[in-house]
Amino acid sequence: MNNSLSVKHLLGIKQLTSEDIQLIFHHAEKFKKVINQPIKKVPSLRDITIANLFFENSTRTKLSFELAEKRLSADIINFSASGSSVKKGETLIDTVNNILSMKIDMVVMRHSSPGAPHFLKENTDTVIVNAGDGTHEHPTQGLLDSFSIREKLGDLKGKKIAIVGDIKHSRVALSNIFCLLKQGAEVKVCGPATLIPKHIEELGVTVEYDLVKAVQWADAVNMLRIQLERQADSELEVANFPSLREYSKLYQLNNEVLIKAKRTPLILHPGPINRGVEITSELADSEKSVILEQVENGVAIRMAVIYLLASHIKR
Amino acid sequence: MTPKVLLDKKLFELIINRLCYQLIENHDDFSNTVLIGIQPRGVILADLIFKRLKEISPKIALQFGALDITFFRDDFRRREDPVLANSTKIDFLIEDKKVILVDDVLFTGRTIRSAFDALLAFGRPDSIELLVLIERRFSLQVPVRPEYIGKSVDSIASQRVLVKWKSNGEPDKVILHTSIDE
Repeated sequence: MNNSLSVKHLLGIKQLTSEDIQLIFHHAEKFKKVINQPIKKVPSLRDITIANLFFENSTRTKLSFELAEKRLSADIINFSASGSSVKKGETLIDTVNNILSMKIDMVVMRHSSPGAPHFLKENTDTVIVNAGDGTHEHPTQGLLDSFSIREKLGDLKGKKIAIVGDIKHSRVALSNIFCLLKQGAEVKVCGPATLIPKHIEELGVTVEYDLVKAVQWADAVNMLRIQLERQADSELEVANFPSLREYSKLYQLNNEVLIKAKRTPLILHPGPINRGVEITSELADSEKSVILEQVENGVAIRMAVIYLLASHIKR
Repeated sequence: MTPKVLLDKKLFELIINRLCYQLIENHDDFSNTVLIGIQPRGVILADLIFKRLKEISPKIALQFGALDITFFRDDFRRREDPVLANSTKIDFLIEDKKVILVDDVLFTGRTIRSAFDALLAFGRPDSIELLVLIERRFSLQVPVRPEYIGKSVDSIASQRVLVKWKSNGEPDKVILHTSIDE
């Protein structure tokens, strides 16, 4: 196994090699042990300062990154767009350069524009970790989803994973697809035709419109959240589905679906859950669900990513 | 240059036995003592000592753990490549316990310093003692003093001391490597 990542930044899973993914998992396993010790902290990053720049709302990702950074003993500063000079019209590059002039070693950024971390990488001299850029990628989520499946089902090679729901607006879906395919898993996407991007087969996945068939096929299903905030990109756009009620009727994971499919795959959800919309409470809290493990693994994965990227920062 | 053999198998085994008897002398029935090997090679040694102690005195109740110090090293980001992490397996608290820390070779002492940091996560021990198979003299960079020493050797910084094990964890030999351009 290589000892270091082939990339200097984590912009997306697309840029990672499968060896990179294995290296991140290797370290995440070790960090998961650390965060279960009585003292959940290591001193590795005590001279690194990290800025968390969240230009878009986030609860769990932000908390998870913050916790990961603190567990590694990094110094952190937090920034969220609401209540900042972004509202006064400052450009992204100005905002970031201002923050970087405070001697920051690494930037964790969430932004609503796809490609914002790439833009930052080209224009600044710091390590960038993408914490979600618009509808593009959410690499740490992709990694932690794979890590959680791997923990339960073993090596992902040949495993069948269905990603269900709003594929079109989901950065989680794209990062998951890249991450799973790079480990040799088979991926099927499932959802209403309006929420499946055209030509998605080009990525190497198959498409299924019938949830029961997808569940029948799958070893694990990743139920995505309906992104209500991204449904109406413009006033001209026609709604992607008639109503939430109709969506739930066709694409909600519930006991009825499992009975029809005669199979109970592992259940994942990146959160936050719309209970009763894409999944019933009963299944979200069931034994087959790894939703809370995903949250725990998220901290370990983020520790691994930050640790490995920080090793490139020389004094 | 052909590597010099510092310990052959016979001497290696004798030393292990002697270390075990020294431990018994100081720790009696080990009821309040834990044995912790430093990953990766200290664990092999600790494991062997653990088994040998059990053979000598089957009654002893000694707890055994493995400590990985990768995330506690003081040379992170000073090396070309990060060190690949190993696993820490300590399923008990060391609060008020007598800890015997085990490593194969004591060189600069920095690994041991990191181990002190790493151990803190498991409580405040009553005391920490250090057991090493090989002590390289005159090379310490931090003040660390081993309590139990297999053998002390004189070597220069560019030389390497390697402890070789058989695949079943039995002692093989200890050799001193000198690079050709020396």
